[in-house]
Amino acid sequence: MTADSLAAQRPAAARRPLFRRRSAIPGFGLTLGVTLSILSLVVLIPLSAVALKAAELSPSEFVAAAFSERALAAYRLTFGAALVAAIANGVFGVLTTWALVRYDFPGKTIINALVDLPFALPTAVAGIALATLYAPNGWVGQFLTPLGIKAAYNPIGVTIALIFIGLPFVVRTIEPVMRDLSADVEEASASLGAGRLQTIWRVILPALGPAWLTGFAMAFARGVGEYGSVIFIAGNMPYKSEIAPLLIIIQLEQFQYAQAASIAVVMLVVSFLMLFVINAIQAFSRRFV
Amino acid sequence: MARARHPTEDPTWVKALVIGVVMVFLALVLILPLVAVFAEALRKGVPAAVEAVLHEDALAAVKLTLLTAAIAVPFNAIFGLCASWAVAKHDFPGKAFLITLIDLPFSVSPVVAGLIYVLVFGMQGWLGEWLLDNDLKVIFAVPGIVLATVFVTFPFVARELIPLMQEQGTSEEEAAISMGASGLYTFWRVTTPNVRWGLLYGVLLCNARAMGEFGAVSVVSGHIRGLTNTMPLHVEILYNEYDFVGAFAVAALLCLLAIVTLVLKTALEVAQPAVRRGGH
Repeated sequence: MTADSLAAQRPAAARRPLFRRRSAIPGFGLTLGVTLSILSLVVLIPLSAVALKAAELSPSEFVAAAFSERALAAYRLTFGAALVAAIANGVFGVLTTWALVRYDFPGKTIINALVDLPFALPTAVAGIALATLYAPNGWVGQFLTPLGIKAAYNPIGVTIALIFIGLPFVVRTIEPVMRDLSADVEEASASLGAGRLQTIWRVILPALGPAWLTGFAMAFARGVGEYGSVIFIAGNMPYKSEIAPLLIIIQLEQFQYAQAASIAVVMLVVSFLMLFVINAIQAFSRRFV
Repeated sequence: MARARHPTEDPTWVKALVIGVVMVFLALVLILPLVAVFAEALRKGVPAAVEAVLHEDALAAVKLTLLTAAIAVPFNAIFGLCASWAVAKHDFPGKAFLITLIDLPFSVSPVVAGLIYVLVFGMQGWLGEWLLDNDLKVIFAVPGIVLATVFVTFPFVARELIPLMQEQGTSEEEAAISMGASGLYTFWRVTTPNVRWGLLYGVLLCNARAMGEFGAVSVVSGHIRGLTNTMPLHVEILYNEYDFVGAFAVAALLCLLAIVTLVLKTALEVAQPAVRRGGH
């Protein structure tokens, strides 16, 4: 941001060299060259393999592979569960952040550190732990069974796993914004006669909006691709509780590489759309908020 | 008489309610799963758990996980230093796009990350025949596991260092260079000391992910016990064989790794508040 605004202030003549500004700091060619080479070899060229593999199919074959009944059911579950989980994290994430930023309570440091657990805990460990916890005879599951709720081995289980995975994205995105919210604004709102709820609803939440949306989109995007924590608790029944990443693996195990690549292309397109949305929200909020 | 509440302070009952709701939520999603891992691991006592961890296959998995992280983390750290030097210390068109490309692996499903290497190095892949002719194995072997891990942890160090270096600007480096220091000397004696905590922070998170990666590694590993099983994959095999004590014992080891990571991370954030840039 600062670099951009500086560039805007600089006279046009100084920006003349098209590819690089005259800089006293050496090593630009070398480091950019190494960066681009590694990026291409590790990320870009292998990623293009997916598109090229899927392109081996004719359009009708591609549609048959990427949008079969089973694949559609898997997308519905994957995107649906990721959406519900992101909404749940949107609500509880704001409350968690509020408690961490505004209140003092015993164990706050530990709770604050624990919020990042999903970043640090291997997803497979989270998966077997959640499956054990929410299974019908598990610590939590046993209380849900009499209520007629089957959490594990069900779409609900998928959603629980995705809530686990997505929580820190929401909390850590809102947190700096909430910390920086100036107390003056709240005091002004209160002194002008707004009730506490009115201040929260009309002053605080709108200020959090862009960060909240970014966190929400990041949690959703991460949830769509998640595999490790989900498969243990999902039950993995075709048409019912089978997520899209698992379907890719099933196709791979049957050596249906082009079919696997087709589903991967659909998921990649959605991920890139999400990335675009996240960048757009951030660009918008930098400019207008 | 009670002091009047400040207008921006919430009433006590609101505080209690919010903290209560948050605690129940976090208990259900974060705390109980963590406790459950250790409880299940110790279900048949400490000796059974220790025996599961010291099993030959488990130890082989630990070794492979350490080896993978020992290659992937330094690789990504060097890449991160290189990329952030190019991006943060110089101006060029397309910079924002390059940063987006570096971040790309974060938005790719781990399963797709594994799939792309199968499509390149697998038997049916671009290099499949050439690898076969030269008796090289990437997929269902250690190189594939390392590659998949490098992919999923690719942005960690770079995205930590780029904003940090951007914020620090170029004046210190320019001063060093104008006084006759070489580029490399400037990098080692001026830039690196300035970003060392951010580097450590990125390495810490990169390492946790590298040791814990499951989806991407699962696709390329082939699950050969004692040979291509990392710790998370070993947990899966034991779990699917209904060896719950074994699975949770190895899982508990991974939990300890996660807890150590969080403690170090928190300590770093307290000591060096500048490292926390949010948004991982």
